[in-house]
Amino acid sequence: MNHDFVRLRLYVAGDSPNSQQARKNLQAFCEKHLVGCHVLEIVDVLLSLEQALEDGILMTPALVILSASPLRTVIGTLSDPQVVLNALQLAGIER
Amino acid sequence: MSFLTASALSSVSVRSSTGIVGLDEIMRGGLPRGRTTLLEGGAGCGKTVLALQTLVHSARELSEPGIFVAFEESSTRILANAASFGWDLASLQSKNLFFLDAQPSPELLVSGDFDLSGMLAGLDARVKSLGAKRIVFDALDIILSLLSDDLVRRREVNRIHEWLLARELTAMITLKSSDGLKVARQLDFLQFMVDCAIVLKSDVVQGTSQRSLRVIKCRGSSFDENEAPFVIGAQGIEVASTFSHSNYEIVVSDERVSSGVERLDSMLGGGYFRGASVLITGSPGTAKTTLSGAFAQAACERGERTLFVTFDSHGDEIVRNLASVDIQLKPFVGNLLQMHSARAIGGNAEIHLMRIKHLAEEFGARCLIVDPISALAKSGNADLSHSVIERLVDWSKKKGITLICTSLVDHTLFQGEGSPVQISTIADTWIKLNYVVHAGERNRGLSIIKSRGTEHSNQVRELVLSKDGISLTDVYHAGGEVLMGSMRFEKERANMLAQRRREADNEQVRIEIDAAVLELEMKLLVIQREIALKRAEKLNRALYAEAQAEDEAFADAMLWQRRGGNDESGGKDDNEP
Repeated sequence: MNHDFVRLRLYVAGDSPNSQQARKNLQAFCEKHLVGCHVLEIVDVLLSLEQALEDGILMTPALVILSASPLRTVIGTLSDPQVVLNALQLAGIER
Repeated sequence: MSFLTASALSSVSVRSSTGIVGLDEIMRGGLPRGRTTLLEGGAGCGKTVLALQTLVHSARELSEPGIFVAFEESSTRILANAASFGWDLASLQSKNLFFLDAQPSPELLVSGDFDLSGMLAGLDARVKSLGAKRIVFDALDIILSLLSDDLVRRREVNRIHEWLLARELTAMITLKSSDGLKVARQLDFLQFMVDCAIVLKSDVVQGTSQRSLRVIKCRGSSFDENEAPFVIGAQGIEVASTFSHSNYEIVVSDERVSSGVERLDSMLGGGYFRGASVLITGSPGTAKTTLSGAFAQAACERGERTLFVTFDSHGDEIVRNLASVDIQLKPFVGNLLQMHSARAIGGNAEIHLMRIKHLAEEFGARCLIVDPISALAKSGNADLSHSVIERLVDWSKKKGITLICTSLVDHTLFQGEGSPVQISTIADTWIKLNYVVHAGERNRGLSIIKSRGTEHSNQVRELVLSKDGISLTDVYHAGGEVLMGSMRFEKERANMLAQRRREADNEQVRIEIDAAVLELEMKLLVIQREIALKRAEKLNRALYAEAQAEDEAFADAMLWQRRGGNDESGGKDDNEP
């Protein structure tokens, strides 16, 4: 068990169906796998236009694991929790 | 968004120049303004270059800012490529050009459905801040391949399309296609959606690269549907428009320019027309180059800039070789005459055409010689060469450049008066050189097969090369045969001897008559003298007779006196014997 908090950032595009779905899926994932050990930031690219470009976010929704080096990105509605787990594993965060 | 789409629909026939002359001609002015154009083609077809060139042109020449979204290559690589074409992007980048690096990270994981609204939102900000009018999505297939199924792809492409239309951006989307003709089937709906689609192709024909593009769709106007060859040259893409040049203003000149051979000028009624295209055909060694050289010398002597393009040998060699027949080009090389040697092997005819046009324009040539133009048909260019040569002829006409092309007639392939590259039909003047083999000799014959707008001699002349230059001589006909070479020489000699003999005979007769006249005159003089003599004698005799009579009378009188007689009886007595 890693003592550090896992820092996550979810880029969404307003209330588009995919973005809504991603929020819901990520919430469920965190409640199951990252209880009490994560920090989640949600960025709406429609409101922060420049930031999305600067961060190289082309596709939304996109989950970026900020704790990983290099940054690891999972795009999509995060409908498959296994992919997110794999991403965390690749980032060296064992769950 | 639909109301914006409707407003844009009304302007589909408005065009935005691509900055590529040939392509603008094909699409009657350029890309549909405010609409999307699809560029498809295999790897290395020139899609990115074409899109970038258009963007640079609009940013620089039309002051229309543009955005380049790079899905495949990094912007630094694209900038480096652009630098090799001499496009200075650094100055444009600050205010008129924006590059977005949009390569998906290879580490990217996908879980579930996603869309491109994030990118479009970001681009929205850029479009507004830059005031962009143009945008390029380079290698959109990269990002579409990440999407899970066709339905989602279609949805995202629609999203981009709607976004572009709403902002009235003139867009280019490039897409890789595997076989060079058709994009992957999942993406072919793109072709239906966009307002303009261009397919780029790169073939290799007998080892020579042949690029071509074809507009398969262009809403709002007619367009040239044929394949148009193009090249990626030092300054970017140049498209050869095969579009008919009939609506070009061509300056028709009545001015004659010398062919450099006096006798040939008179055969042509004064020389070639200025701006005409002249074709000289003949087997190897029939003096095609020599005839071209004579024209070059004449042109330079008139003070006209001349470009001599040679595919066969080096320019210096030609200058040296032509000096042996008293064609002196050396004094003009470097000022009025530019020699350009090119090798046809491995070259694309299109590239040669481009280079020739470029050189001629840069040099300000008024006369152009391409020796031999048949070199353009070599190594895989056979299909293309006719179109290339036709465009060279059209172009030189438009520019008022007098064009001399030589062409090799290969007897093993062509019989009769055919030219391998069938430019004989578009050339204004066609001079044919051939060897006449007779009585164990080869001699060069020259005939004018056609010369438009000119009453020309239809006689074959013998072309004689000597250290004093080129000359054309009459040929002799004897017993239905044309005599050339030594047979002509013999005939000429025989004629000359006969002439001399005639002259000598005449001289003799003249002398004889003179002598006769002189003799007669002498005779006349003698007779005149005789007459004078006779007259004198006659006078003499008369005087003598008178004197005698006087004397006798005197003597009678004296006698009478002595006898003392009288006048009457004395007279009577005297009469008695």
